[in-house]
Amino acid sequence: MKKLIRFTLNGSEVSAEVPSHKMLLEVLRETFELTGPKEGCGQGECGACTVLVDGLSVNSCLYPAFEVDGKEVTTVEGLIGEGNKLDPIQEAFVEHGGVQCGFCTPGMIMSAKALLEENPRPTEDEIKKGISGNLCRCTGYVQIVESIKKAAQKRGS
Amino acid sequence: MREFSVVGKDIPRPDAWLKATGKAVYTDDIKLPGMLYGKLLRSPLPHARIVNIDVSKAQALPGVKCVITGQDIPKVKYGNWRLFPATQDEYALAIDKVRFVGDEVAAVAAIDPDIAAEALQLIEVEYEELPPVFDIESALKEGAPVIHEESPNNVSVTRKIEYGDVEEGFSKADYVREDTFTVHAVSHAYLEPCSTVAQCDLDGRITLWTSTQTPYIIQCLLASTLEMRENDVRVIKPYVGGGFGGKMELRPWEFCAAFMAKLTGRPVKFTLTREEELATGRRRHPMVIYSKVGFKKDGTLVAKDLKISLDGGGYNSMGPTATFLCGNFGAMLYRYPNYRFFGQHVYTNKPPAGAMRGFGAPQSLFATETQMNMAAEELGIDPIELRIKNAMVEGDVIPDVATISSCGFIDSLKEAARMSNWKKKRKSLAPGEGIGVGCYSFISGGVFNWFNTQYPFSAAEVRVFSDGTAHLLTMASDIGQGSDTALKQILAEELGLEMKDIRVTSADTAVTPQADLGTWGSRVTLMAGNAVIDAAKKIKEKLFGAVSARFNLNVIYDMECKGGRVYAKGRPDRGMSFGEAVAMVQKAQRGEPLVARGYYTPRGKGLVTPAFSFGAQVAHVAVDQETGKVEVKKIWTAHDCGTVINPMAAEGQLEGSIHMALGYALSEQFVMDKGKTLNTTFLDYKIPAAMDMPQSKSAIVDTYEPEGPMGAKEVGEGLVSPTAPAIAEAVYHATGYRCKDLPITPEKILKGLRDTKKRKRKRS
Repeated sequence: MKKLIRFTLNGSEVSAEVPSHKMLLEVLRETFELTGPKEGCGQGECGACTVLVDGLSVNSCLYPAFEVDGKEVTTVEGLIGEGNKLDPIQEAFVEHGGVQCGFCTPGMIMSAKALLEENPRPTEDEIKKGISGNLCRCTGYVQIVESIKKAAQKRGS
Repeated sequence: MREFSVVGKDIPRPDAWLKATGKAVYTDDIKLPGMLYGKLLRSPLPHARIVNIDVSKAQALPGVKCVITGQDIPKVKYGNWRLFPATQDEYALAIDKVRFVGDEVAAVAAIDPDIAAEALQLIEVEYEELPPVFDIESALKEGAPVIHEESPNNVSVTRKIEYGDVEEGFSKADYVREDTFTVHAVSHAYLEPCSTVAQCDLDGRITLWTSTQTPYIIQCLLASTLEMRENDVRVIKPYVGGGFGGKMELRPWEFCAAFMAKLTGRPVKFTLTREEELATGRRRHPMVIYSKVGFKKDGTLVAKDLKISLDGGGYNSMGPTATFLCGNFGAMLYRYPNYRFFGQHVYTNKPPAGAMRGFGAPQSLFATETQMNMAAEELGIDPIELRIKNAMVEGDVIPDVATISSCGFIDSLKEAARMSNWKKKRKSLAPGEGIGVGCYSFISGGVFNWFNTQYPFSAAEVRVFSDGTAHLLTMASDIGQGSDTALKQILAEELGLEMKDIRVTSADTAVTPQADLGTWGSRVTLMAGNAVIDAAKKIKEKLFGAVSARFNLNVIYDMECKGGRVYAKGRPDRGMSFGEAVAMVQKAQRGEPLVARGYYTPRGKGLVTPAFSFGAQVAHVAVDQETGKVEVKKIWTAHDCGTVINPMAAEGQLEGSIHMALGYALSEQFVMDKGKTLNTTFLDYKIPAAMDMPQSKSAIVDTYEPEGPMGAKEVGEGLVSPTAPAIAEAVYHATGYRCKDLPITPEKILKGLRDTKKRKRKRS
């Protein structure tokens, strides 16, 4: 069964006809060719596919595509501002070693985005909790946590 | 000490912004017109003969374009030890037998992944089950089922090392101990599942985009298995989402994608699922390690006898190299005047173990370091003091191996003790808390050439332009560790340019210079770095010549490239901009572009490695006496990696190593039942999350490695070894439970606590 869905994707109105069993991740990657969100496990355990739906972070690999009908979806590509200006979180990840292989990065940044929108001044523990659904095998999370701290400071200043 | 402008600085990686914006293209992000999607049919049995395979129903499914089995492919075995063809024991698809649950039996390519998955279920395979073996002991028994006909005793490779006189050494010892340690398998758990895309041109040539750490090795082995010429296969490494040793061999999906692209004329993509990765993927070798060490009363080591059996699983994979290396790691760190090693690689009916970060060191050094801690206790010597007494120093020689050309081990031990307040904490921690130490030494790449390459171990091409820019081409593979950045820094430093002036093209076998053996054994910074410097020096000679001629300089003048200029040292006015100098050379060469190639192959550095890193780590733990749960509160590390090319990246390697080693010590293991892996998700296979990470403090000990580029040596792998023994010692210090079989689980600790209480009761 296919269903026509309309939603806002990174600020633009879009529509797509999606089969009922398709997850949001596949529709983002295949239909809209947004390959920022990654599939690390396909089971909602690693967080590499994290995107925002109406401002909340979700694992898009488990989120049925037709559920986004009428909602607002933001992927890591949607954080880039005019003139290719990076979001302060993206900038902090670049500058403070938050990126190694980069496969977890898009999801990690979206979890950080959801966290900072809700809690602009998180403690270190709150940051670690905020990214506890995002696995990283390269960094030991230290420079990721540092990057999010720096981003919070920058956003606040 | 040389002053650096670019090297030694916290320079953000130039690829980070692509990755942070989602624009970096990984293999699974590639989509080509008409592309088919491949899936693999895997064996459900650990050991069986294939009697018949019927693919007719799968072939008839609409949307299926190609189905292949072992009967359809060239009968060419592969493996990374080309120098010893007998060790090459694997076909891309099983021909006669399956040897582990997950062994690849057939492949399907279809117009979408769902159809390919459905087609797999329509393939009918008739198996004749054979008795399996799942552990080293059973595999070595007389009359055990034979897994490979060529190895009737299930041992595929053995290795011996011996120097000094071990028996005489032990006869002079005041204190001898013998222990047997067992260590388990763990997954690389790179976040990017393996993926590959193959395209076949009309002229029959293959282009393969693949998530690999060794494009050159893939090129060669793919060519041989396809029965093609090497140069007709082009391998391109897109961005890679981590490897850690798990992506350094030809894999069945790479072969199948290329083979089916040839058959169908359409591009074919394979991407593994996480379940496939965890259930069937390569892993770190489980080992049984027997170690006997002898000391004098004052703590001086006199002899070591080490016997290691590696549980290799169904195929050799990288096991022969691991067998070789764990014997070398057993002889590193300390001065062993008499040393003997016997290693054997044993087949079992489990998913093959391969290379994984540390490549034999985490296992071998868990035994070395735990035994050192046990000996310290019985000799009544502080564990750090005992290590300092026996520590290797610069100039030490490991017989038949190498001379240690730089070594900051003693300084690392002292610094780790100082940072952690070792002496005080060792005596005065709260009940249930403990502190322990572990150390490592590691190689900076391998000198051995079992792959039998006819090319230099690493190569670089540098092109410079009259606009003041440069282009670096190298086959070195950045898999996330940051080699593109480090090599760019080295070139920028050497040519006196800025990072933004340099373009890097890496890891494309048709474009970048032959060759580079890939990313493993912590070889890239040292080997590719030296190749870059070699190329840069050739460029500089030309530039210096042109500037010297232009200013009619006395031949005694030293010249330099710095700050975007080329000039006479001591007479900076006698010079010109880098671009102008390039233009002059080009004029002198009547238009020929200024290009140079540089190479590196280790010479006169023995048989193992050109350089050794060292380090010491202290762990502080708290153990819950009710539940047996270990909390690692803090880790202090002091290490010696030579000149640091990029401190922020080196720090990232350290923290990542702690993460991986923490999982190895405490939480990660495969739960197996009759050869089948039961925990195939990240919920059940527990890699540490952000909340699990301990606090960490580190220091880099200042050393200069003469063989390394600008004094640098390895930093990415050795650090994964000290953590498990340090935690094990801290747990012992806290509870009296001594772990000799990893991982350290709450069940083992609780049992240990009960045993300790029993012993105490008996004594009182």
